[in-house]
Order: sequence, then structure tokens, then C-alpha cells
Amino acid sequence: MSEAVISYDEVLEKFDPVMGLEVHVELGTNTKMFCGCSTEFGAEPNTHVCPVCLGLPGALPALNKIGVESAIRIGLALNCTIAEWCRFARKNYFYPDMPKNFQTSQYDEPICFDGYLDVEIDTDEGRKTFRVNIERAHMEEDTGKNTHMGGATGRIHGADYSLVDYNRAGIPLIEIVTKPIEGAGKYAPEVAKAYVAALRDILRNLGVSDVKMEQGSLRCDVNLSLRRTPQDELGTRSETKNVNSLRSVERAVRYEMTRHAARLLAGERIIQETRHWHEDTGITTSGRSKSDAEDYRYFPEPDLVPIAPSREWVEELRAALPENPAVRRARIQESWGLSDIDMQTLINADLLDLVEEAVAAGVSIEAARKWYTGELSRVANEREVDVASLGITPATLVRIEELIVSGGLNDKLARQVLEGVLAGEGDVDAVIAARGLAVVSDDGPLLDAIKDALAADPSVAEKIASGKIQAAGAVVGAVMKATRGQADAGRVRELLLEHLGVSE
Amino acid sequence: MSAISRDDVSHLARLAHIDIPSDQLDHYAQQLDAILEAVATVSAVDTADVVPMSHPVPSTNVFREDVPGPSLTASEALAGAPAVEDDRFRVPRILDED
Repeated sequence: MSEAVISYDEVLEKFDPVMGLEVHVELGTNTKMFCGCSTEFGAEPNTHVCPVCLGLPGALPALNKIGVESAIRIGLALNCTIAEWCRFARKNYFYPDMPKNFQTSQYDEPICFDGYLDVEIDTDEGRKTFRVNIERAHMEEDTGKNTHMGGATGRIHGADYSLVDYNRAGIPLIEIVTKPIEGAGKYAPEVAKAYVAALRDILRNLGVSDVKMEQGSLRCDVNLSLRRTPQDELGTRSETKNVNSLRSVERAVRYEMTRHAARLLAGERIIQETRHWHEDTGITTSGRSKSDAEDYRYFPEPDLVPIAPSREWVEELRAALPENPAVRRARIQESWGLSDIDMQTLINADLLDLVEEAVAAGVSIEAARKWYTGELSRVANEREVDVASLGITPATLVRIEELIVSGGLNDKLARQVLEGVLAGEGDVDAVIAARGLAVVSDDGPLLDAIKDALAADPSVAEKIASGKIQAAGAVVGAVMKATRGQADAGRVRELLLEHLGVSE
Repeated sequence: MSAISRDDVSHLARLAHIDIPSDQLDHYAQQLDAILEAVATVSAVDTADVVPMSHPVPSTNVFREDVPGPSLTASEALAGAPAVEDDRFRVPRILDED
């Protein structure tokens, strides 16, 4: 059920927002955090499981070294201190997504803490850097995947049940938690989005995760509260779970600000609760209430020994960190020869990685930029999704460009081909075949179409013959129309003049 | 003096997913008190100079290489499940949730 909201401008007049962002990232290790089961996505249900991740009695965890190493590298990239000694803890709860009845996590001894990440946002005074302080980054494990059955309207509540696949249970997760983000004011939604985007860049750059928000390997929870003035104490917060695209992070912050403000102005309390984000309607709805304070009965995990990363190891990992994304951008801009504005356009639209991927696959820089900032952005905008989730592969753009260069497609047809690919009609060649979109290169049908056009308006032929060659435009237009844009206009013109025995 | 209150018992019961009728809360509070009192004798030991220990062996950094090992098949994994559907564990829905 949707709740009352007020305008964003009114929120800003009366309140000061404070955010906290929790990001879970699934590591791209070969195996799970505590057992040797594969982490591969999309396997048959319950085939990447073993006694450890199924929580069978007597099974003992064995810690993945790369999981720990990745956590330290993430911490270093986020300017964190790396703990000299820390432990895992059991977070106890009853829920069938964790067959052990606890999640192995870290509690008061996170492996990384006290860091920061500088993000850039556009403000009325130009581009500005905003520092987001990081509270901690700790290691834990993902849960199984529940599929809820029944429960539709009209079903007896008691008939509801869930089906659980534990392939995901035990996949290494790093949870990265910010300190309260204060002082962002009206730019709070942009700061939240820029933070998650910058974090994603860093994680991808470290090679620790594929950071696919649409597949859930990067997930964001948005905590938000309002207070009257920055001098006031923090207000009660809501926690919006699983906000899974950059665009949604921005929208969820904005929505929660307008919802909180409406409640507070109406004299109501903010309930401390988790909220569900609805991508389609852009609102949140009430989830689990946290008023019945959660009690996870954390205690140190007795089956895993403490982790004490030596300073030598930490410094070795620090020295081997890859180029910082900001530095990388400067390098790309120079090698592609882009202006500041062109570069910013790609970054702001979150297209740099996609364009770079396409360029790496062999698409020209100019064509890759044109497709992503033009047609693909337009379609994404129309569908209200991120361009990345359109699922256009570099191979598609490579093939389209090949066909344009060889004369098999023109721009107009290429757009129709893309439309077909986006509609799931198959790859480029399949769409061309199914829709009959190739450029007509056979002169026979073109000549027939020219003759038809001339027959429809015989005066044009006379004009052209008497030297008014510009009149050819009308015929070329008619032929293009008759061939549904599939002719090469230059060739039509040549054929027309040849047919009338006129030379330019 | 009772250190464990009726509310404590009721809270613990909820966490452990067991039903304790309200007329038995006092009964269990007294029993838990007696148990805690017995265990509390260890607090008589002077531990001022003792570092808390969470593990019986003084080792750290025990790691496994990130190399896949054998997993179970779905039928092996599901062999002990009370209910199965579509190669998944079938469980009652126990909480409102995401």
C-alpha cells in the first residue's frame, strides 16, 4: 500500500537527511567461503552443496584463503585499517535460507574498519568531491535461495510453503557499511548513487567480483532518517532492502525522504523497520518491523581459528593493488581523445565500462559511444532500466558495425536490428533474416522500384532529363519508402540517372 | 533473588522457537536460576591476568586453497529432507519476508 509523500523541495526546506549504506558484494572466488563447493551461477538446484554448507551434523568449515585476501584488498582500496587479529562470529537465527540456523559472519571484530571513499557529484557549483566514511567491511557468507510457492490472493495462508536451493549458501560475501552520511542535503540521492557506483568500480577494478547488480552479486540496503536541523540528534531510520540498480538507489533515497517527511509533518512517528523496494512503482512498502529488537545471540565461531593478517602480507597486497578507477578514467580519456564533456557524459550515464568493453571487442570508439549514448540509452530510458541490463553484448555491436562498414546495413536498418535483438528475436543475423532487413544491393528490384516511382509521376522524369537533377530526390525518397529504407540511397540515385541517360 | 525474570524466559523461548505456557514461566525461571548459580561458581576464579580464550588451540590463519572439491549430487543432498519438490528442499513458510 502506498503512503503519503510530499514534494522533494518541501522536504529540503524542513529537513536534513542522513543516510547509511550497506553494500553486500558476492566474491568471485572459485569456491565457497567455508567449503570447496563451486560458486558458479546458474547450476541445477542443490548440486553445489556438501555437508558443510548444508549444515549437516559434525561438518567443519575450512576458510577460503582467497576470500580473506579479497576482503583485505577491498579494505585497502577503501582506505581502511586492516585488523591485526579478528574472528568470525555466529549470527543465530531461524530461517530456512541458512540450514545451519546461523550465518557465519563477523560481529565486533571486522577485518577492515575506518576507511573512506571520495565520490564526485554534479552540484549547482559544478563538480564536487564528497567524502563517504566507511565504518567497516567484514566477511560473511551468502544464504540459500527461497522460492515462495502459493500465497497468491485467495490461497489459504497455511498452504504457503517455500522451496530452497542451497547452491548460493556459503558463497563468500563482503558487507561494506558506511558511517552515517551527513551533510549531503539535497544531493543525498546523488551521493548515494555516486557512492555505490564508485564502490562498484573499485570492486570490479580489483577483480574480486563481477559486481552485477541485476544478478544480485552487488546488493545495496539504504538506511535513511531525517532530522529538522543538522544540529539535531539522528532521527529514526528505515532500512530499504535489496535496492538493486544504481538508478534505484537514487530513487529509493529520494522516495524515503519524501515519505519520512510526510509522516513527520503529519505528527506521526517513523517506525524502525525494513522496507521493500518496488522497482516498478518506485515506492517502498513495510517489511519486517524491528521494534521487537533482533537478538542474534552472536558469539565467536568456535570452529574457525582467529585471523591475524601479518603486516608483511597486508603490505604485499597493498603494493599489488590495481590502478585506481579515477586514474584509469584519466588514462582512457587521453587514449580515446575525448573532451571533458564527452567523458563526463559517459561517466554520468554509467556507460564507460560498457563502451570500453565494446571497444575492447573491436567496435570503433565513435560507434560504441554513438550506440550507447544514443539508441541504447533511449531504449533504456523508455523501459526505465539501466543500459547494462538491456543485455546488448559487445559481439552484437561488433557485428552491426561490420555490416554497416560492408554496406549490408545502414543506420536506419541497424536501429531496427537492435530493436529486434532487444526484443529477444535472436542475434543480429537472425533478426536480419527474420525481419528481412538487409540493404537491397541487387539492382533489379531497385530499378523496378525506380520505374514504378517514375510511372507514378511522369513529370519528374522530364524535369530530370531537362537538367533539373535535384528533382531526383523525390524519386530516391519514393524508392526508399517502397523498400522500407532497405536501399542504398546513393546507388538508387546512380541507377536513376543511368536509367534516364542523364549524367551529373 | 531471582536473576532470571519471567520476561527473560519468555524471550529465550521465542528465540528458541519453543512454546512455554505463561503459567510455567516462573517454574523455568527458578530452574534456570539454579543452573546459572551452579555455573557461577567459576566466577570465583581470579581471571584478572587471563586473556579471554575463544579457541582451545593457540593457532591463527588456517586457510584452505580456493580449489573446488567434490559436492554432493542433488539426490544425495536431498536424501534426508522431510519434503522435496523440484530438486529443492520443501519447507513450511515460517516468517513473512522478502
